[in-house]
Amino acid sequence: MSVGASLNVGQAASLPVGFGNWGRLAACPTLNRRTFLGRTAQGVGLAALASLLNPASLVAAPKWTGVVQPRHHAPKVKRVIWLTMAGGPSHLDLWDHKPSLAKLQGEPMPDSFTKGQQLAQLQGERLVCFGPQTNFRRYGKCGAYFTELFPHVGGVADDLCLIRSMTTDAINHDPAHTFMNTGSQLLGRPAMGSWVTYGLGSEAEDLPGFVVLVSHGQGRSPQPIAARQWSSGFLPGRFQGVQLRGKGDPVLYLPNPPGVSRGQQGDVVEAVRALNGQHDAMVDDPEIATRIAQYELAFQMQASVPDLMDLGREPASTRTRYGCVPGDGSFASNCLLARRLAERGVRFIQLYHRDWDHHSQLREELPLKAKETDQACAALLTDLKERGLFDDTLVVWAGEFGRTPMSQSNKGTVGRDHHNRGFTIWLSGGAVKRGFSYGATDELGYAAVENVVTVHDLHATMLHLLGIDHLRFSQKFQGLDARLTGVEGAQVVKGILA
Amino acid sequence: MLARMSRLFLIPPLRWAAPLALGALFSALPAAAAAKVDFNRDVRPLLSDNCFACHGPDTQKMKGGLRLDLREAALKPAKSGKVALVPGKPEESELVKRIFTADADDLMPPAESHKSLTPGQRALLKRWIAEGAEYQGHWAYTPPVKAKVADPQRAVDELVQRRLREKGLKPSPAADRRTLIRRLYFDLVGLPPKPEEVEVFERDKSPDAYEKLVERLLASEHFGERMAIGWLDVVRFADTIGYHSDNPRNIWPYRDYVIRAFNANKPFDRFTREQLAGDLLPHPTQEQKVASGFNRLLLTTEEGGAQPKDYEARYLTDRVRSVGTVWLGMTTGCAQCHDHKFDPFTQRDFYSLGAVFADVKEGIIGRREDGMMVPTPAQADGLRWHADRVESLQRRYDGPQPQLADTYAKWLSSWQEAEALWMPQQPAQADSTDGATLQIRPDRSVLATGAKPDQDTYRVTLAGVPAGTVALRLEALADESLPKKGPGRAGNGNFVLTEVVARVERAGAEPRKLPFKAARATHEQTTLADKNPYKAWTAASAIDGDAKGREPGWAVLPQVGQAQQLLLELAEPVTLATGESVVVELQQRHGNGSHTLGAFRLSTATDRAAVHSPFALPPAKDIADLLKVPSEQRTPEQRDKLFAHFKSIAPELAPLRAELAEAKKSRADFEATVPRTLVTERNDTPRTVRFLPRGNWMIETGDVMEPALPAFLAKEKPAERRLTRLDLANWLVAPENPLTARVVMNRLWKQFFGMGLSKVMDDFGAQGETPPNQPLLDWLACEFRDSGWDVKHMVRLMVLSDSYRQTSKASREELARDPDNRDLARQGRWRLDAELVRDNALSVAGLLELSIGGPSAKPYQPDGYWENLNFPQRAYDESWGTDQFRRGLYTWWQRSFVHPSMLAFDAPTREECAAERARSNIPQQALVLLNDPTYVEAARSFALRTVREAKGNAEARITWMWRQALGRKPQAAEVATLRQLLEKHLGEYRASPDAAAAYLKVGATEVPAGVDAAELAAWTNVARAILNLHETITRG
Repeated sequence: MSVGASLNVGQAASLPVGFGNWGRLAACPTLNRRTFLGRTAQGVGLAALASLLNPASLVAAPKWTGVVQPRHHAPKVKRVIWLTMAGGPSHLDLWDHKPSLAKLQGEPMPDSFTKGQQLAQLQGERLVCFGPQTNFRRYGKCGAYFTELFPHVGGVADDLCLIRSMTTDAINHDPAHTFMNTGSQLLGRPAMGSWVTYGLGSEAEDLPGFVVLVSHGQGRSPQPIAARQWSSGFLPGRFQGVQLRGKGDPVLYLPNPPGVSRGQQGDVVEAVRALNGQHDAMVDDPEIATRIAQYELAFQMQASVPDLMDLGREPASTRTRYGCVPGDGSFASNCLLARRLAERGVRFIQLYHRDWDHHSQLREELPLKAKETDQACAALLTDLKERGLFDDTLVVWAGEFGRTPMSQSNKGTVGRDHHNRGFTIWLSGGAVKRGFSYGATDELGYAAVENVVTVHDLHATMLHLLGIDHLRFSQKFQGLDARLTGVEGAQVVKGILA
Repeated sequence: MLARMSRLFLIPPLRWAAPLALGALFSALPAAAAAKVDFNRDVRPLLSDNCFACHGPDTQKMKGGLRLDLREAALKPAKSGKVALVPGKPEESELVKRIFTADADDLMPPAESHKSLTPGQRALLKRWIAEGAEYQGHWAYTPPVKAKVADPQRAVDELVQRRLREKGLKPSPAADRRTLIRRLYFDLVGLPPKPEEVEVFERDKSPDAYEKLVERLLASEHFGERMAIGWLDVVRFADTIGYHSDNPRNIWPYRDYVIRAFNANKPFDRFTREQLAGDLLPHPTQEQKVASGFNRLLLTTEEGGAQPKDYEARYLTDRVRSVGTVWLGMTTGCAQCHDHKFDPFTQRDFYSLGAVFADVKEGIIGRREDGMMVPTPAQADGLRWHADRVESLQRRYDGPQPQLADTYAKWLSSWQEAEALWMPQQPAQADSTDGATLQIRPDRSVLATGAKPDQDTYRVTLAGVPAGTVALRLEALADESLPKKGPGRAGNGNFVLTEVVARVERAGAEPRKLPFKAARATHEQTTLADKNPYKAWTAASAIDGDAKGREPGWAVLPQVGQAQQLLLELAEPVTLATGESVVVELQQRHGNGSHTLGAFRLSTATDRAAVHSPFALPPAKDIADLLKVPSEQRTPEQRDKLFAHFKSIAPELAPLRAELAEAKKSRADFEATVPRTLVTERNDTPRTVRFLPRGNWMIETGDVMEPALPAFLAKEKPAERRLTRLDLANWLVAPENPLTARVVMNRLWKQFFGMGLSKVMDDFGAQGETPPNQPLLDWLACEFRDSGWDVKHMVRLMVLSDSYRQTSKASREELARDPDNRDLARQGRWRLDAELVRDNALSVAGLLELSIGGPSAKPYQPDGYWENLNFPQRAYDESWGTDQFRRGLYTWWQRSFVHPSMLAFDAPTREECAAERARSNIPQQALVLLNDPTYVEAARSFALRTVREAKGNAEARITWMWRQALGRKPQAAEVATLRQLLEKHLGEYRASPDAAAAYLKVGATEVPAGVDAAELAAWTNVARAILNLHETITRG
């Protein structure tokens, strides 16, 4: 029997995840008594079963602690902050310096690299080499060599673990995001954040365990991002990512209706609680207790989420460090929010910064995107360190793919096309090597050739650091033991572990 | 979904043989020492889950030469020479040795599979072999057998109770009348009954009161709406394409087809044929063609750079999966890459089934076509009227037109005269403001080379403009050096001339602008003009002073690769003084990839006829070439072509041309009001479908696959000819198909009992669940087929049964004994589906708009919810008027961002076929019901009804509300709770009238004058509490 084992899915069916210890909701365990009994035959202790059958023994609500019980091995990190650079940042202009490519500037791309391969918008076009378009320099004691567009990140270069041999399966945005987030290009699969909260629960008291923040930036017309990227797929709905919005209501339907005070809202919720309780006395339906708990939780969130989102509570020095203005919805604000979420025990925090899709105007636009992210990325790492959160956090900076060493000129001024056979991402945190670079692409930056890392490998490594053996973490779906890491044999990237 | 997940928790009988104190609780489970082991119920699930991955149908991955899914194979020696199964002799069976061994290297299943057998499961397998290792065909692939019943009308009860008796159980008593009518309303029409209807039904003592109610609801046109919800999920109906930009497409008439089909009780076999192959039926009706939109419901993409081969493969797999889920209860997705691990569905089956759809005509990448017009009868009349009008005008125009003889002859001889009016001007200077190199050539034309800025402005100085000049001509010229030979520098040969400005300039003097008064062009682009305010790339927009923005201008797609002319008439004649010159500024600020001119020439004229002569614009090259052919050498076809062209410019025909153009435009305008829907049209040459090794679309060497049915199910190929979608449909509803009727009846059962008879709705294969009451499912399947696929008949059989009428109340012991109600010793109780949560609240509020069908509606939605959509960015235009209050099933289904209040209540995104929905209970649901303006407005409307319609004191009004919302009388404690809320909030709103006023502004409906705002606000909170009750959103 695979892990997803039976024990806790029943719980999942009715218990809020990531909403901490709702001790006073004494009714919680009964909520799922029905499902629990039906579905959790093995694994649950007899004592627990007995206690469920005896309402008098119900004292405290169990917290949703995930299906991986106990962890498969000692975890190295507690949480993940995933900085998605949507659109596909150019590894060749940011991270992966290729002098040979510069030498071939304007020359035809050697056929040996590209023959028989699928390209996106350059399919069928003349392929011309396009050297690095930014200046590179060395940073830190480790001497990491990357673009001058990242001076602040350069300041924390000794905390970065660069992977310069990343690959992915897809070359168009939508499928590539889906693959990076779910390990599959088929739709309907759970996002990695859903998997992780399903597996481990969350320590957040009154916040979702999987939070998504999409940043507002300057500039052009960014690629769309679908809500499916944080869907829980075939896992229960409570594991879906909840988007906290920088503009408008932070959570959909969070504020009271106009003209309804917090006290009045509380009165309504209390009346609903009382009436539901009276109804429960008549029909004895375990779902009612769950319903009551959800209303209490929703009412709590109405207070806790605005409090979380209020960056005005941060000292001015902190805001300056990130370079954010409260309420601007910027990537910088979201990085600061990510730290606040991490402090509150949220398990999986995913940020989206869009508009890295530089088919054209690469020289003009890339510096803008770098500037929007550079300072905040560095501030986040430094801040985590100062608060003692760095060691048990995994930070990932990654696009859904990289860009071609060939220029693209059929969309206006020059840029680069999508590219999936080699690109760069970085990891940071106490659990991965610091000031380290792993893997390499060929001399033109086309294909990863040394220590190739796949998306499945990356997921396996992330799960490993969280204390999960990816092979033992599965869920039955359409007759298969579905895993985040697929069936192709993913490998934990041991070479980057601290 | 929960049911799907709970597959994990099938309780293998032996596990429970352990002497648990709980034994009594689970007394219904077979005891260890009971009858013979049943292969399908006990053994197949174990083998499938633990062994088939390596020893099952996927022969590519078979290990040790051992296959356990077929008895014949399992009795033969494996590669090792040992025999896995020796019937009757477990001690000689290698399987037994390997599952009991202590040697970790030999143990099965192996450690790396992370599978293991419990001691009970091992013992069970051993006993099974001892008993002879008998196999059974997989239940779902074996034709259903219709159990004998005493009274077919009572078959459901007989078969339910047969099982209850076997287990020593008794059914529950019937629910009370009020519960029954609410149950029937929600299950059959998806609406709550009015309190008066509840009362009438409660009082109706006639013996057939219940039957009459059922018949009334079956005859309601809302029955089809209720039935459609589940069908639309399983076929993944949505208003948008799904991938990337997730743009809209026309498809809602298909939804209305489904509603009408259920209302008309269309036999399910016809329903199936029409959807898969409506276009292939003889003389298909409009309705049948609309139904064939089924084949177009899949996700498509418009993403730039998406590869057709990639998406061709995705579409194929999407369609195969849909047939698997909708009709066959078969998970086929895995066979895209390899033979199915658990079921005998091979990878070849997968691609050959996909090949059945290779004739569906569709663009692979890009915007879907508008689809077929679906006129109402009145619109059909209108279309005919417009068609007749256009046709009669066209006939007049197409006639011989003898009156044109003279001018025609004149034109033939003098068509080039206008050319003589133009004088090409030698540019004194030509510069690009954005870095292009402008080269002046000997023929006075200018060629742009070098840098290719995205936008550009050319400044051309003409020093020798003759006195009295009244017109300016720009020739956009083809040139070999340009993409597609130009005239533009954009990749497609196009350009956009956004504005032309002419000025008289002299050193040291203020320039003097030369206004234009008219513009004509040889060709004006009409494509890709959706966002252009002129709806075309016109000559006029190049001299409009950018009145409608900078974007519009003159462009010439698709007539690139040839010369085009733009003729501009000056408002006043110009005569240059000494030292003056005319500077022509050609602004090309469109961008989007260098839409700038590649080659051009400027000319002037002093005669306005150069612009206005009917023959001023030179004919396109093909006509010009014909004109150069000596008249006696022209063929009749060439003469016809010439004359046809002449008619298009002849001044005498201008009124007729105008009338015809107006008639065509008026027809087009009318057609634009007629709904359209995507339908299936057949490609005479089907796409070639290849076997894709490992599902990899880049491998183009796989075998070409002919359409075929799954080999393990369909024994005979129906015909020698190429198999069609109609053949597939016929096979799906053929009497011998063992799956379709069972799958459909299982879903129908779930609608009325809360869980399928086999609880894994989308997988009837080895990894699914053998239905605990298989005789019941099989009887229903047979009856469905035998009744001529009569859906309403089957609904009747279910809802008229005593089993359906049971109470859903259950003791704690009963709940613990059978938490999922598999024995059906009671009814189920569950939260309403997302659409019905909405319908119920709006209905109680008196706001619900009950019209049937039509375009999807857009209920209030939080600002910015669509902000992550792009290409294009989209505003959400919420529906107004009664459209705001339409039933939930008409909600606009934006796949990548399904309406958030629907999503909170588990509405699926419909990106994949969904055979069932989760029923979650999450805080977002509370936030929706408390704060979504839809529900706030519903509460206020409900409160308004209360203060106007309910008589008496507060208690009486609360009682009235309770009846409206829940159909029952409240208890004293319930009234007291709400009374307390009312009084407190009444005081508070009296004290803060601003708050009350703000509260009452929520939503589009207005509060009538003269209503006490504080009172209404306080009652609104009472109403809100009632609409938020668990009981309100529960079907019991």
